[in-house]
Amino acid sequence: MKRREFLKISAALGAAGTMPTLLGGCAAKPLPGSGVVTTSPTICNMCFWQCAGTLYQEDGRPWKVVGHPDDPHCDGRLCTRGTGGIGAYLDPDRLRQPLLRVGKGGDQQFRAVSWEEAFDHIAQRMQAIAERHGKDRLALFSHGDGGNHFHRMLQAFGSHAYAHPSFAQCRGPRATAFALTYGESVGSPDRTDMGNSRCIVLIGSHIGENLHNSQVQSLARALDNGATLITVDPRFSVAASKSAHWLPIRPGTDIALLLAWMNVLINERLYDQDYVALHCNGFEQLVRHVQPFNPEWAYLETGIEPAKIRETARAMADAAPAALVHPGRHVTWYGDDTQRCRAIAILNALLGSWGRPGGFYSQEKVDLPEYPAPKPDKPATDWKAVLQPDFPLVGTGISNRLVERSVGADAFFKGWFVYATNLPMTLPGARDQIAAAAQSLDLVVVVDTMPAEITGFADVVLPECTYLERFDELRNKPERTPTLALRMPAFEPRYQSRPAWWMAKGIADRLGLGHYFPWQDLSEVLDWQLRQVGSSLDEMQKKGVKRFPRKGPIYFEPGRPIRFKTPSGKIELYSSLLADNGQDPLPRYTPPDRPPEGFFHLNYGRAPAHTFGRTINNPQLFELMPENAVWVHPSAAAWLDIASGDYVALENPNGRRSNRVRVRVTERIRPDSVFLVHGFGHTDGRQRLARNVGADDADLMHNVKIDPIAGSTGMRASFVTLKRVGKGELT
Amino acid sequence: MTTYAMVIDTRTCIGCGDCVVACKNENKVPAGLNRDWVVEATRGEYPDLQTEFRSERCNHCGHATCVSSCPTGASHYWKDTNIVLVAEEKCTGCKACIAACPYDARLIMHPQGYVDKCTFCHHRVDQGLDPACVSSCPTHCMHFGMLDDRDSNVSRLLRERRHKVLLGETGNDPHVYYLL
Amino acid sequence: MIEEVLATARYNPKIDPTLGIWTWEISFYLFMGGMAAGIMLFAAWAVLSRKGDQLVFAHSRFALWAPVVLSLGMTTLFLDLEYKLHVFRFYTSLQATSPMSWGAWVLVLIYPLMIGQALSTLRQGYPMLAGLVNRVPGGGRVMRACEAQRRMIAWLVIPLAVCLGIYTGVLLSAFGARPFWNSGVLGPLFLISGMSTAAVLPILAGANPPERHFFEVVDIGLITAELVLIALLLINLATGGAQHIQALALVTGGQYTVPFWLWFVLPGLLVPVVFELVAARRYRWLGLTAAALVVYGGFMLRYLMVEIGQVSRWTDYAIQFDPQLLHRLVQ
Repeated sequence: MKRREFLKISAALGAAGTMPTLLGGCAAKPLPGSGVVTTSPTICNMCFWQCAGTLYQEDGRPWKVVGHPDDPHCDGRLCTRGTGGIGAYLDPDRLRQPLLRVGKGGDQQFRAVSWEEAFDHIAQRMQAIAERHGKDRLALFSHGDGGNHFHRMLQAFGSHAYAHPSFAQCRGPRATAFALTYGESVGSPDRTDMGNSRCIVLIGSHIGENLHNSQVQSLARALDNGATLITVDPRFSVAASKSAHWLPIRPGTDIALLLAWMNVLINERLYDQDYVALHCNGFEQLVRHVQPFNPEWAYLETGIEPAKIRETARAMADAAPAALVHPGRHVTWYGDDTQRCRAIAILNALLGSWGRPGGFYSQEKVDLPEYPAPKPDKPATDWKAVLQPDFPLVGTGISNRLVERSVGADAFFKGWFVYATNLPMTLPGARDQIAAAAQSLDLVVVVDTMPAEITGFADVVLPECTYLERFDELRNKPERTPTLALRMPAFEPRYQSRPAWWMAKGIADRLGLGHYFPWQDLSEVLDWQLRQVGSSLDEMQKKGVKRFPRKGPIYFEPGRPIRFKTPSGKIELYSSLLADNGQDPLPRYTPPDRPPEGFFHLNYGRAPAHTFGRTINNPQLFELMPENAVWVHPSAAAWLDIASGDYVALENPNGRRSNRVRVRVTERIRPDSVFLVHGFGHTDGRQRLARNVGADDADLMHNVKIDPIAGSTGMRASFVTLKRVGKGELT
Repeated sequence: MTTYAMVIDTRTCIGCGDCVVACKNENKVPAGLNRDWVVEATRGEYPDLQTEFRSERCNHCGHATCVSSCPTGASHYWKDTNIVLVAEEKCTGCKACIAACPYDARLIMHPQGYVDKCTFCHHRVDQGLDPACVSSCPTHCMHFGMLDDRDSNVSRLLRERRHKVLLGETGNDPHVYYLL
Repeated sequence: MIEEVLATARYNPKIDPTLGIWTWEISFYLFMGGMAAGIMLFAAWAVLSRKGDQLVFAHSRFALWAPVVLSLGMTTLFLDLEYKLHVFRFYTSLQATSPMSWGAWVLVLIYPLMIGQALSTLRQGYPMLAGLVNRVPGGGRVMRACEAQRRMIAWLVIPLAVCLGIYTGVLLSAFGARPFWNSGVLGPLFLISGMSTAAVLPILAGANPPERHFFEVVDIGLITAELVLIALLLINLATGGAQHIQALALVTGGQYTVPFWLWFVLPGLLVPVVFELVAARRYRWLGLTAAALVVYGGFMLRYLMVEIGQVSRWTDYAIQFDPQLLHRLVQ
């Protein structure tokens, strides 16, 4: 080849090489983080764990959110939903503007209005209620710290009634039972010392599918250290798969098992005798009480073999006092839930784990002064005594009771404020009741970030901005180390959304109650509070998390008697308060209802990808888990003639049907039970990812069992069968 | 040649998918595409069951068939390591690498069309950080490091614990290990 | 019981639930590539065996079909690329371990040879075209040079055409990750099949009876060889590892059983070979039908191989969600 031709060819190739830049877009794309990166501290609000984190932006756009390394709630790691938090900020289906209902009845018409008009409307209606019925006729349903501002505003107005559905629909029986037994609460984060445990017993608790961050981390540490895990669950949960012992218990019979364990520990002298002698009251009564409940008796109720019951009891005792029976979190199951939680509390006392390493440690929070502001007047009457006199041991609102008292023309409540809780999917089997209440109430104000189903019942919908767009109160939860964490906005609120404090303050102003919020911006409050403890908003905006020294010991001093906040001053194995109130002072076992023929126990739970129904529409989390599936044992599936991938509708004995749901045939569930993840089956069409996907278990609950002590709604006593349906068109 | 490995402890992996979301955020992976995923494997019959959770991704194989099958050299080893990257400026989208991967770990970028996959977050490795998935795991069951360093976490874990790789019989020499 | 499911929704387009990266574009390209190789080989044979009087069509007219056929195939090959702007990157390096890279370069090298082969008999086969070539500056000189070197060109064509034919099979068989393809038999199979589809073209093009007869006999031999190679492929799978046995099941009871046997082997191989054996000589329409079926069969072979190979895999994770739901993300 001649030289000229060679040069021509190489020139052509060279030109081809430059062609890319001419054609554009063929250069290597920039690596993540190579732009301008800024960070700001935040507190995740994807669930109630409230882990501190850091929001990263690149070139002014949200990049990622990561756990704060100094935060005891998360130890530098956010959970799956926390990591997907940016999706909540970016969700295009978010509520954007205040909405005012026009026209009542089934026709849901809303008009977008300004904040001024919304506040005026609310204030007018509130004053009308006060004039016609009384100032105390408004109820607050709240989930999350933002509700505190509305609570303050309502208290200033004269309405003190409130309910956190997380009590009566979730942790109520646990709180009540442990208060009765130990005089203290379990805490949130729970005060379990699992990182140091040698034996952990989970009664139905599915840590690892619920992502209670520090609980999951400490359980993982326990497993790393070789701890024995015992899981009692009708389903082979993730925790069960890590367990040395999985007890696939018949649903509803946990108390029988707990009593049998007590029986073994007591009769075989395996309980912590010194601890019981020093700290506990009512041991003799307990001994007498558990005599009939031996493992053979329990086997007939639970299906767990007597040898297994003894083996696991001995394993617990072997590891004690570094052995704990986890109190659980969502414990509203069968209606005897306070008794079951009492049994768990008693068992822990027998193991001697309360106040000991590997059991339960003492929590502390920071002594943080409240911002100086007028205190709302105390209520004239105790609304709890008026509305829930049958639950005298409960010191907070029972949401299902407040809803009941809102239905009808002569209902007690005339107005609702609903903050960040989707009542139709939270309360079991209550959609019709909520609809009826919405009809008769004069005012329903719903505050939320997303168009959840409850917003369809509102008169006024107020769009809250997400946690990435606002300041909130400092986080100061009792923990291993007293810690303060800061939530500050990383972005300006999108659309017309605003923080809860701003809304509450705006409404208060309209009502002439603005002096109860004697500041312009919540950041003033935060700065003042931080200065009282030797910090400042400036410092916290850089640090995010600040730890403070503990004042007291983290565990009990061995051998030293302690005064518990109970009537006897001791751990009450026998609860005098329960006896005084006509309840069983020692746990009683009630055999559960059995499913009718052809029906299954309806069991539900959590998945790591989602927080109840709140996150289904979050694009990042929807992508991870777009629908739930109902778990069915192969024998049940064969009998029903269904296979994995088929679609069925769940139907309860009253004929109420769910949305179609995907079938998963798996060995991981008892043959007499089905399981699905709660939070799906959204009906609100404005949630364009979540609508009409999966089944809602709450709507099928026909057999809700009210706990006689806590007033909570037991949700696992319902039954369903499965009916084959076509997959159909996705709307 | 520096050999990077990821070691994942199945004893404490709960299959939560945090790693999946963290990767998507860190690497700005478009909606509908996944560089990593979680598998749940159950053996046995009720009630004698075992379930294993595995976070899976590209295995950055020592004898990567995707690298050997790429006609343009777009699929290549990064610097002198076993981290396999795709130089998107050289990728024609012929998809030979996708057919070559026994783990089906690669994906086609949307809308551009070049091939993409897990990069072991080499941009973070370059700064001495762990990949995003490893850094996000709430049970701390994921570990990353150099096998050439005898005292690294990963080397130590592989010495002390029973472990496996996926599809070792393909001969690709994968570098994601699962502790049993 | 083993239940292996995806716990997080993974649905990479064209990768999940089974690989679907290559469809008709690649099948068509492989089909055309094999056919072009066969055309070149028969044209060369006609020259080297000095049978130009009997194999008139093959000697003088066939060779021009090769570049046309191959270019059609290259077009769909280009269409298959996801990042077409970078097509030139095939030619900025040679990756020694990549069959696709070798193929890209072979394709480039084979074009001049194909043109030369066509030119070497153009004046006999296509006088009008030859006239056009003469008018192109330098065209006449090149054509006469090719005519002079006709036999040399034919010799050179043979190894390159064989490479082309075999490479279309090696391209697939080199992917160990796709068990159904992972057999050395694939290279020869695609070459033989390509030759078979080329062999029937003169019949379809209306060659004279002696030539038609020659190619029918040749094709009987080629189809027989093809059937043997397919049998060897299946035996190879049956005696391989677990994933190979699973791959074989796709055509012996699985979802591709009917397509493979009823839409390919029967009409594409068995029926034509029977027609050719029995009655093609007597009934011309039978011969034409058989030839058409052979061409059809050649495409179906590639189409099914490409698809079944992608469905065969080493991993097998069931999904727990409806992939259609993910479309909601891109509304």
